[in-house]
Amino acid sequence: MTHYAMVIDTKTCIGCTDCVDACRMENNVPEGLCYDWVVEITTGRYPVLKTEFRSERCNHCSHATCVEACPTGASQYWNDSNIVVVDATKCTGCKACIAACPYDARLIMQPQGYIGKCTFCVQRVQYGMDPACVAVCPAHAMHFGLLDDPTSNVSRLLAERDSYTLHPETGNHPNVFYLR
Amino acid sequence: MNIRRSDVRMQRREFLKLSSAVASTALLGGSLAACSEPAEWQKMMTEAPAKITPTVCNICFWSCAAQVHTRGNRLWKITGNPVDSHSEGRLCTRGTGGVGAYADPNRLLKPLLRVSKGGSQSLEPVSWDDALDFIAKRMTKIAAEYGPEHFAAMVHGAGAQHFLHLARAYGTDSVAEPAFAQCRGARDTGYFLTFGQGLASPEQTDMENARCVVLIGTHIGENLHNSQVRTFIDAVRNDAHIIVVDPRFSVAASKADHWLPIRPGTDIALMLAWMNVILAERRFDAAYISTNTVGFDELAAHVASFTPEWAYGETGITPDQIRETARLMAMAAPACVFHPGRHAAWWGDDTQRARAMAILSGLLGIWGQKGGYYLPEKVDVPSYPVPSYPVPRTSWRDLTLKQFPLAGAPVTNVVLEHSIGKHAFYKGLLVYETNLPMTMPNGAQQLAQAAQSLDLIVAIDVQPSEMTGFADVILPECSYLERYDGLRNDPEREPSVAVRTPALRPLGDSKAGWWIAKQIGGRLGLDAFFPWNDYKEVIDWQLNQLGLSLLELEKTGIHHFARKTPVYSEPGTIPRLATPSGKIEFFSATLREAGFDPLPRYTAPKVPPTGYYHLNYGRAPQHSFSRTQNNPVLYQLMPENVVWIHPLVAAQFEITNGSYVHLLNQDGIVSNKVRVRVTERTRPDSVWLVHGFGHEARGLTLAYGRGANDAALITRILYDPIMGSTGMRGNFVTFRKELSL
Repeated sequence: MTHYAMVIDTKTCIGCTDCVDACRMENNVPEGLCYDWVVEITTGRYPVLKTEFRSERCNHCSHATCVEACPTGASQYWNDSNIVVVDATKCTGCKACIAACPYDARLIMQPQGYIGKCTFCVQRVQYGMDPACVAVCPAHAMHFGLLDDPTSNVSRLLAERDSYTLHPETGNHPNVFYLR
Repeated sequence: MNIRRSDVRMQRREFLKLSSAVASTALLGGSLAACSEPAEWQKMMTEAPAKITPTVCNICFWSCAAQVHTRGNRLWKITGNPVDSHSEGRLCTRGTGGVGAYADPNRLLKPLLRVSKGGSQSLEPVSWDDALDFIAKRMTKIAAEYGPEHFAAMVHGAGAQHFLHLARAYGTDSVAEPAFAQCRGARDTGYFLTFGQGLASPEQTDMENARCVVLIGTHIGENLHNSQVRTFIDAVRNDAHIIVVDPRFSVAASKADHWLPIRPGTDIALMLAWMNVILAERRFDAAYISTNTVGFDELAAHVASFTPEWAYGETGITPDQIRETARLMAMAAPACVFHPGRHAAWWGDDTQRARAMAILSGLLGIWGQKGGYYLPEKVDVPSYPVPSYPVPRTSWRDLTLKQFPLAGAPVTNVVLEHSIGKHAFYKGLLVYETNLPMTMPNGAQQLAQAAQSLDLIVAIDVQPSEMTGFADVILPECSYLERYDGLRNDPEREPSVAVRTPALRPLGDSKAGWWIAKQIGGRLGLDAFFPWNDYKEVIDWQLNQLGLSLLELEKTGIHHFARKTPVYSEPGTIPRLATPSGKIEFFSATLREAGFDPLPRYTAPKVPPTGYYHLNYGRAPQHSFSRTQNNPVLYQLMPENVVWIHPLVAAQFEITNGSYVHLLNQDGIVSNKVRVRVTERTRPDSVWLVHGFGHEARGLTLAYGRGANDAALITRILYDPIMGSTGMRGNFVTFRKELSL
């Protein structure tokens, strides 16, 4: 299995939502919907504060519960990789995957009714390009690449820096990593 | 320490809220049949590449070179030009949302003329010929009866040059930009008085090589000027010391190792204390100072009493913090850069505030040094040959310098003041791509008065902004994606020219700014000043002089040139400056001769009355000025502004997070309702909101009535006596709950 990962540096992320914007434009995401979003976490009390921004999306889990939950095979791994996509022609809109996703990363597309989500911009990845969110980040806070390759940018960053994932306790093996 | 999750804001919730109405109608029951069509990503897997057309982004003035991706007549996306130093292939949130500037459902598509019928006025669609003839007739009459210098223009943006040219050809030099008196003017005047030149745009802050970056009131990150954000983040990544002075825990402050939550209006006190520490501890290069500066002894005497202990009482920043940060700057020098921000119209002593920053920069010897201010260079692009402009009998200077002796550019507020009343100097006004009622404090009131006496108001805009509501004639310009404009040629590290070319045909009857200027000029008998049929000819001629052609630039969008001068000075030296002494002027004889303080003096700001709070305002990464709130793409990302209120204050007023309140200022002005964000990220004595919301123009159907308009709450204007900047801090608000109204 080809193992892709996204690595997002919270030290340099400024929470500008350009990733959301670029994703929506690239993927023609309908009005009112988005495949990625930005969370702000502020801790402490004035004037001793810490604010962290996180650009969140589908974690393209190595053990994706959404793929397991799909009764029709519409939710699937793309091209023997961990990139999770939905084949709309097989999707009945039953929403079992929405219930199975620990990240609330799936949504109902308008007006067709199939389930939409972040695809890591697989239409770009197939040509070796970064997903649109990574490619646009004005702070260069986002990175994308192969974990199989120890010399890749993402492998190197994860080796050098302290990182965390969201909901590791689910056993899903998420592949979006946040650098502290 | 008590750590708690004080506030978590999910951008996604906004989206879901917006979409809930659609989602609940048809789809919640789920369908049994599979979708007949493949998903968007499935279609895109085999799609042919889109057509790419070069442009220069116009969503803000940073002017990133960009590429417009179209399929047939459909606009898909806009991305940064990979070889452009402004964007490095990455547009900011606003630039990426430029798609919405084209797709805005409320765009102006027909010329409109104000007509009176039976005592009521309305704006009626007319032909271009009728609109242009009307304008030319009135302008001809003004020139004949009073003289052309009695006509003024207020402009902004890349297309402004077309109307500056029209005005100068017609015979007036009264062309003002809010970019001066409402924005950079005070800053540039302060630096000009000290270094003989203002800071450039883009600012020549060498943050990527700095060991210490000092931001005083500017919030880079929320203020999303592209390459500036990138180089600031380079400094963060390089573990440079970041010192942020701001009453609010801004995004930049969250990246800083030293956040100084200063009492609003006391920046000069802090900077005088920093100078005091640097001088008292002799943390400067004495040889540099004696060779390159004048007025050191006067400065030393001036700051001797401004100790950190004194400044603590004014600023709320402890003496230890002041000393520690001053030492960090001095140790990093000359790789220590002060970013003074752009919008610098704050407290009425803004030139002096900029002077204090400039003097600190001079003390630390950063001008022209690596990690300080690099030396920008632009391309020497010749102007297209046209006749020389007539000399106006009365210049803007004659009106302005009486009031503001050191104004280096026309002052918008002076123009408006001289447009009010029967005997006012100005008789006609043309406004291009600037929304004066929300940009100038008191602008809406002054325009309403001026509209009673001016013989002509022309507004040229893409959208039915508040400004268009004051016009006799509204001319619809097409968006930047549908037109040529002049070459981008900014002073920068690597000189370049970039070109804006049309990627799409103009919608409706909208026209390019250059065409509008030429058409008005032709009707005024100024054909000789507009010898081109198409502005392409001007661009091509200019490029030919540089050994290039428009044909080439239509492919690449940008061309770089080798520098002719070094980007840094030799260490310890400074290039000859354009100040009267040729050196850095700590003591300004120019200021003294004009009757002002030759060294920056601190004046204590007014304190809010009990129950009132400092009204602070700023930028969000999703919006530019008051020009993008109706952009349907950016609207999705940020549909309204929120007012930041400290939890202690919220508790006192029993205001809850997410509820709506009205803001009431010290003069009884009440804002539109605005949502509350209760957050630890602001000083308890201050509230904060993003500028540009609370639109009152009904034609902006997305933006209308959403959020609060800070400009309307700024009724106490603190004019800078040196150059006319309209200080907009110093206004205070309290709260009225939504239900009580």
